[in-house]
Amino acid sequence: MDFITGQALLAMCSQHNLPISAVMKQREITQGILTDAEIDDKLNTALTIMKNSAHDPLHTPQKSMGGLIGGEAQKVSRHMQADQNITGTILSKAITYSMAVLEVNASMGLIVAAPTAGSSGVVPGVILALQEEKSLADDIMYAGLLNASALGYLLMRNASVSGAEAGCQAEVGAASAMAASAAVEMMGGSPEMCLHAASIALSNLLGLVCDPIAGLVEAPCQSRNAIGVANAITCAELALSGIVNPIPYDEMVDAMYRVGTSLPMELRETAMGGAAATPTGCKLGCNNCS
Amino acid sequence: MNFLSIFDVIGPNMIGPSSSHTAGAVSIALLARKMCPSTIKKVTFTLYGSFSKTYRGHGTDRALLGGILGFATEDARIRESFEWAEKYNVEYHFIIADDIPVNHPNTADINIECADGYTLWVRGESIGGGKVKIVSINHIDVEFTGEYSTMIVRQTDQPGVVAHIAQCLAHQDVNIAFMRLFREDKGATAFTVVESDEPIPDSILKEMKTNKHIREIMLIQI
Repeated sequence: MDFITGQALLAMCSQHNLPISAVMKQREITQGILTDAEIDDKLNTALTIMKNSAHDPLHTPQKSMGGLIGGEAQKVSRHMQADQNITGTILSKAITYSMAVLEVNASMGLIVAAPTAGSSGVVPGVILALQEEKSLADDIMYAGLLNASALGYLLMRNASVSGAEAGCQAEVGAASAMAASAAVEMMGGSPEMCLHAASIALSNLLGLVCDPIAGLVEAPCQSRNAIGVANAITCAELALSGIVNPIPYDEMVDAMYRVGTSLPMELRETAMGGAAATPTGCKLGCNNCS
Repeated sequence: MNFLSIFDVIGPNMIGPSSSHTAGAVSIALLARKMCPSTIKKVTFTLYGSFSKTYRGHGTDRALLGGILGFATEDARIRESFEWAEKYNVEYHFIIADDIPVNHPNTADINIECADGYTLWVRGESIGGGKVKIVSINHIDVEFTGEYSTMIVRQTDQPGVVAHIAQCLAHQDVNIAFMRLFREDKGATAFTVVESDEPIPDSILKEMKTNKHIREIMLIQI
């Protein structure tokens, strides 16, 4: 059981009457080297690391290696606890967790790249906030991770998830599409709805550039993860409401890649453009001046 | 195209902040350590390109040293690898070669000196997403990734050596995924790199060494 497009994935879901997560698991069992039990074991490890990296900075903030970030997750969390938040609880938590994971990452802590280290806050941010607010069992979380990996696999295979190759839209954009689709399946949406959510998520962040200040995975990466979760939750809500994207997922993946490779190299992780190349960004260490 | 697993997407589990500048650096150094037959006493790293410019903020220096100490990409000790090196009595130096051009922006050289006098020089490239390539051993160009069980044979470039290697592998029932010969000059030192899906048993070493042109064998198990 294998698929190389979103269209083929949907056909398999329909043929076998299975959700995306189950098809992805069968693909791994039949095409890869892992058994069902080994997959569950590795999913459990990934989920544990995600939970720790989303929660630890709330009580123990860490300064980043480059010194640009640290302590943001605790601030957002306290703001919510004081009932001062203007977003709902799910979004506030998702933002908090996504910022927390990037804080752990930037201070040399343990994270799960999903699909990359720079975008590692988005998937855990969304699925952990949903789990807590909707009281979801860990089995549903595994389904969410499997679903996200199916969408991410298609992006890696048919486009790119590298900021150096295709900008932040390929990292946070990809993570956001993965998380949007995962959220739809976790909330009982159909495979078609999952792909609509992911397709809208990609199109919303199309063109997003990769401009890390001082070349570090800190800012604007951390807050980009927050917008990644907001976009994912929004797109999941749209798809679950029955809204469809006129452009199919496979075509959006292709469009994202074409936009990414046509970005000038200054806007692809070189720290020579965007926020990194502003006067303040340069003072903090850009690659033009050093 | 290589099979992309669930855990190539939801993974790797790694110490941040960067798959290429941190996790990749760990992997290059860990491969170099696995190639070393004895206890490492002193190591000198040379950082090029993007590694040389952003190594501090990405912890590339700690990552490289952590790999030499045997830490994997998800080992939390990487953050304190300078302290661990003191504890393990490993002397370390970093050379920042930001003005020397190299083929790949994320390149590091690792020069290892062991307690018994053995030395090894390796050049590695971090090619993205935590994936790496070793591109030179002792200044002879090679290419392997460490994603497979790997046997590296240092030999004199003479007829029959590769046939001998293939025969030894056949006797051990090892299926070859990739096998390539790299040499400097005709008749001089050459390297044969064999990559296999399954583990290459240590018991192969004895038969391998019966050929007088084989100088050294390194086994990297995944």
